Amino acid sequence: MAQLTQATQSAGPRHSTAAPARRRAKAGAPGKQQHAGPVAYVLLIFAAAVSLFPLYWTVVAASHTDTDIVSPPTPLLPGSHLVENIKVVWSEVDMTKALINSTVVAGCVALSTVLFATLAGFAFAKLEFRGRNALLMIVVATMTIPPQLSVIPLYQIITNVGWVGHLQSVILPSLVAAFGVFFMRQFLSEALPIELIEAARVDGAHSLRILWHVVFPIARPAMAVLGMLVFVQAWNDFFWPLIALNEQNPTVQVALAGVGSGNHTVDHAVVVTAALVATLPLLVVFAVLGKQIVGGITAGAVKS
Amino acid sequence: MATSVRATSDGSPPSSRPAQRPSTQDGSRPPGWRTRLYRFDTKASPYAYVAPFFIVFAAFGLFPLIYTGYLSLQQVELGAHGKWIGFDNYTALWNSPFFWKALRNTFTLGVISTVPQLMMALGIAHLLNYKMRGRSFFRVAILAPYATSVAAATLVFIQLFNPDYGMINQLLGHIGAGHIDWESSKWPAQIAISSIVTWRWTGYNALIYLAAMQAVPHDLYEAAALDGASRWRQFINVTIPSIRPTILFTIIVSTIGATQLFGEPLMYGGGVGITGGTDHQYQTLSLYMYDQGWNVGELGRASAVAWVMLLILLLIGAANLLVARANRRKLGG
Repeated sequence: MAQLTQATQSAGPRHSTAAPARRRAKAGAPGKQQHAGPVAYVLLIFAAAVSLFPLYWTVVAASHTDTDIVSPPTPLLPGSHLVENIKVVWSEVDMTKALINSTVVAGCVALSTVLFATLAGFAFAKLEFRGRNALLMIVVATMTIPPQLSVIPLYQIITNVGWVGHLQSVILPSLVAAFGVFFMRQFLSEALPIELIEAARVDGAHSLRILWHVVFPIARPAMAVLGMLVFVQAWNDFFWPLIALNEQNPTVQVALAGVGSGNHTVDHAVVVTAALVATLPLLVVFAVLGKQIVGGITAGAVKS
Repeated sequence: MATSVRATSDGSPPSSRPAQRPSTQDGSRPPGWRTRLYRFDTKASPYAYVAPFFIVFAAFGLFPLIYTGYLSLQQVELGAHGKWIGFDNYTALWNSPFFWKALRNTFTLGVISTVPQLMMALGIAHLLNYKMRGRSFFRVAILAPYATSVAAATLVFIQLFNPDYGMINQLLGHIGAGHIDWESSKWPAQIAISSIVTWRWTGYNALIYLAAMQAVPHDLYEAAALDGASRWRQFINVTIPSIRPTILFTIIVSTIGATQLFGEPLMYGGGVGITGGTDHQYQTLSLYMYDQGWNVGELGRASAVAWVMLLILLLIGAANLLVARANRRKLGG
């Protein structure tokens, strides 16, 4: 097992793609990367400010009253009205239910996507079978199909079986993701030495055992990153949940759509507070794991 | 690892060693059930591993996609059985001014939300590629909008873009740019919506570009520097050509994303979001489809819109293939 953990560490997710080129780059000129000039800093600080300001202002607006927001100059510092606004949000829509539902949906989708993506990614990366390349091409091609093209029959189906407003109607279609399969394939092609699998086979291990004792331990860091990315995506998913669910049993995004349509409240501070409540869980995750998520995105998306 | 495997195979010698079997085993004996099981296992397990993906995709992606085409040839209302009407839905679309408006809006919104976005992402990635203090802070900061949902981001941007009290018109007022109607005028509304898209995705694309840039060998830059190339010339002549495949990839992904733009215009319109503003001034194809299907209740018509979108995506795909091929030939030659 010691070997395995070592291999896992040395092949972190950030090195999974384009590693040969990067290694060459590092070896070629260690420490010779150009330093940023003052202009670069100014521009980057500006970019970071533009990225962060709307988030900051969400907090500001959520802690003021409607009157504060609609009467210029717009407040730029946090106020004292946050708790009242949150109470109004909870009285208008069932946010507790929405948050629980979103957690359940995003959690199920992330777990299942990661599991199936690891299985398929492993097969595509390390196993030989007839039709492998053609099937991989199909996986990549399916990434380009937007959900809009399938929602109408899906809606008819869930209407017929009485699943409208039930969580399984948004979980089931998202159990797999082509992006995840591709992500795990990229990672495992580099991180999993074929010798380990062969050695296990020589020892008579059947394929489930190989999966459990060889593939999963090595894939673990990539599985964690993929899980986070899928969780964020599922949490923020909008189109299909809006059709399949309703305000009696919403996800956070469906609840927000209801708030935004103006049927509940015209209080702008309350609307922004609802947006804050919906975003806060993910922002906390980002604050804690931002570095890993950055690494995961850069690893998964290059070299298509 | 190896020992644990051997210990659990109930003391008997390993059942099969494909590479050595002929020499170690008596050739006259038919292969035992363990060997056959083992062979079946190695043959079948890859298919078992990829099966879940394809089963779920077939059930929830491919089948509905094809069935949408079938529905597009019917007149079918919510909760009712369909009636075959041939291509009437498509001719109805052809004759509908709102359909053409939605098509044009999808195109213009797509262009103004992807082109500036990708160019800025390229610039930011270039800056992030320098050695600097606080690099991980900058990376996480520019990615933060990615954690915000379409719905939440749009609800906040509506406030910023409000024509009467929004912060953006206040700022513009300070520099004497005057009052802009970000809601009912077509172009201002589309610019506001595209700014939401740009805000959410620029950082993500910048990180993808950054990863590609870090893989560019440093020797190339050194050679360029020896030739007296400025940083700007290095960026144009070394960086951009080296990461061309990645740029192509992000263009494809962003174009596909732009053709299905939905949440931003819907939420931006508030109560009138489903029609893309009072005058349909920012109704996209996705929104038009949702409008036809769930507002008007004409699922057949909505299916026809979906298939028009499929057609557009196929055209984009074909165009990208051509560009990629031309690109490869250029690099090869």
